[in-house]
Amino acid sequence: MSSLILPAVLSGLMMGAVYALIALGLTLIYGVLHIINFAHGSLLMLALFAAYFLHYQLGIDPYLAIPIVLPVFFALGYALQRGLISPMSSGSEQNVLLITLALSMIIDNLALYFWTSNTRTVDIPYAYDTVEILGAYLPLGRVIAFVAALAAAPLLWLFMSRTRIGSAIRAVAIEKRGAELVGIDVNHTYAVCFGIGTACVALAACLLLPTFYVTPQVGYTFVLVAFTTVVLGGMGSLLGALVAGLLLGVIESLCGLFLGESLGQIGIFLAFILILLFKPSGLLGKVGR
Amino acid sequence: MNFRIDRRDLLKASGAMAMTLAAPSILRAQGATVKVGVLEPLTGNLAYNGTQSAAGAKFAADKINAAGGIKSMNGAMIELVVVDAQSRPEVAASSVDTLAQAGVVAFTGATASSLGLASSQAAAKYDLAQVFSIGTAETVVERGLPNVFRFTPGVNKCTSVALENLKLLNQGAGNVVKTAAIVHEDGPFGSNMAKILATELPKQGIEVVETISHPTPHRDFSNIALRVKASKADILIPSNYLNEYTLMARSLRQQRVELKAIYSILGGAASNIKFVRENQEVAQYVMDCNHWYDPNKDESKALAETTAAAGLDLTYDVMVSYATIQVIADALERSGSDDRKKMLEALAASTFDGSIMPYGPTKFVNGDNVNSRPVNTQIRGEKIEVVFPKEFASAEPVFPIPAAQ
Repeated sequence: MSSLILPAVLSGLMMGAVYALIALGLTLIYGVLHIINFAHGSLLMLALFAAYFLHYQLGIDPYLAIPIVLPVFFALGYALQRGLISPMSSGSEQNVLLITLALSMIIDNLALYFWTSNTRTVDIPYAYDTVEILGAYLPLGRVIAFVAALAAAPLLWLFMSRTRIGSAIRAVAIEKRGAELVGIDVNHTYAVCFGIGTACVALAACLLLPTFYVTPQVGYTFVLVAFTTVVLGGMGSLLGALVAGLLLGVIESLCGLFLGESLGQIGIFLAFILILLFKPSGLLGKVGR
Repeated sequence: MNFRIDRRDLLKASGAMAMTLAAPSILRAQGATVKVGVLEPLTGNLAYNGTQSAAGAKFAADKINAAGGIKSMNGAMIELVVVDAQSRPEVAASSVDTLAQAGVVAFTGATASSLGLASSQAAAKYDLAQVFSIGTAETVVERGLPNVFRFTPGVNKCTSVALENLKLLNQGAGNVVKTAAIVHEDGPFGSNMAKILATELPKQGIEVVETISHPTPHRDFSNIALRVKASKADILIPSNYLNEYTLMARSLRQQRVELKAIYSILGGAASNIKFVRENQEVAQYVMDCNHWYDPNKDESKALAETTAAAGLDLTYDVMVSYATIQVIADALERSGSDDRKKMLEALAASTFDGSIMPYGPTKFVNGDNVNSRPVNTQIRGEKIEVVFPKEFASAEPVFPIPAAQ
């Protein structure tokens, strides 16, 4: 068993990077704007289907689909927030919760109706390629996702801290009325943030597809762990989401190895409770925000 | 109030009256219809299988109707009443009321044991026969319900036949397989199967060196592949569903796990042509013991063509559902009536041997068709071939996998 510890840690890091990628979009929407987006998993599923059909119908590699899928999902996220969630919620957080829940049910059932529940995977030439690190074989697709997560989190952090729109998003998140008073278009800023979050989930989908499958239910496989990652990392902390995702991946992998795969996911939630017990604001969250 | 009838109105009214008066004779000339229910999960997480099953039932009804319908009932056409069980047992149970009110004489369904258990219980109060397409859980036939007719084999038979076939295959290959790893989902299906295998495999001289359970869904199979590799097992026996099977097969390849065979029982993927198409490399030579038709029968070949023409995958759901409509049609032919009690009697006395399945004459004992049996399939190229038993085989079995020889 001891010979399996290092490969288990490495494969946990790879899986954790996937969690982090999915959580990046959520930490913007949930962590910064405090919108509990129950449709996050459904949007992930939609993006997976988009990347799948681009590959299946047009032969576009999931990685090369990123420049196509990202803008489309940014626009989708923007339109959802501007045209549906914002006008229907009337500023009430409870309404937002119900609207995103309804949205998730509508998206899931439409996907089921049109695409059926059959499992789909992409047949790509590098599907079984691996990278050997310290004697462990790591799937190439997971290594790419790992590198992308390491790059995406700091880039997004730079965007949020160094650009005008990033500053506007942070301003709206901290004090909506104040932001409005200094001339920030709050509705537009909310929609842009939702759009960026949705584009992030689309990025995660394109990076996930080469090593995973897509069904109309696939979003549920990741949505709970994504919420856990956001809270554990610290609400709104992009780097926190990255660290938490990687940590949860390793914990899950090691628990699976030593306690059995059925109990692996218990480790995630045990770690979650323990860490929040000693650091309620999350790993990299700001106290008192 | 004034009414004015002109010549055109009179002609229209006369025509309509003539059609109304002639209608019964037209209907008599076409033959009456007999309603047969199809209760399948057309939505929800079993939608794919349910839709495939409903298509199989339709193909069978079309074939029977094209051949003149039920002859003992003056050529009555089979009219299918298709109801969605929504992949939920409570909906499956309440859907039986819809079927009964529609006047069906019997129904087929319902893809999953959980749905079939609920629907057959509800159908008992209507004396309504359910001919199970898929219902592998043994509780299906252990409740003593007189309206239950399980045409296809249950999990006990599938497991015992699979083990017997494995023994013969291994003997034929000089007993190259000596150790096994079992990977199973941690629900009742996988756990029960793992228990049976752990007891029975040692009796064949195969030592179980690793047993790994996993939840459903499961996101990463890297650790499981590593443990199978570390166990140095000769054969892997998986009992899990399609999504997990797909990830597992890929991880085994990525972790360079060398096995002499992958041998699944009622496998979710190994008998799914879509899995075969999308996972060509890892799917090759995977064996499965599952429901499958006799590929050598003319009607089976015709079904394959019809399914392809409809743009559907030929899955075992299509096959078994087609066969259950054949069984119901045969019972109708013998009873010559759409009376439900007569249908129950006709099914209970069924000796039908004209189905597309590789079964002997139908014989229901406590609702279980004792002459049903699964077959061994093997993925070869882009096809799923029947390799065992020999009388139904469309290809010779390859055991062990060539690369491991």
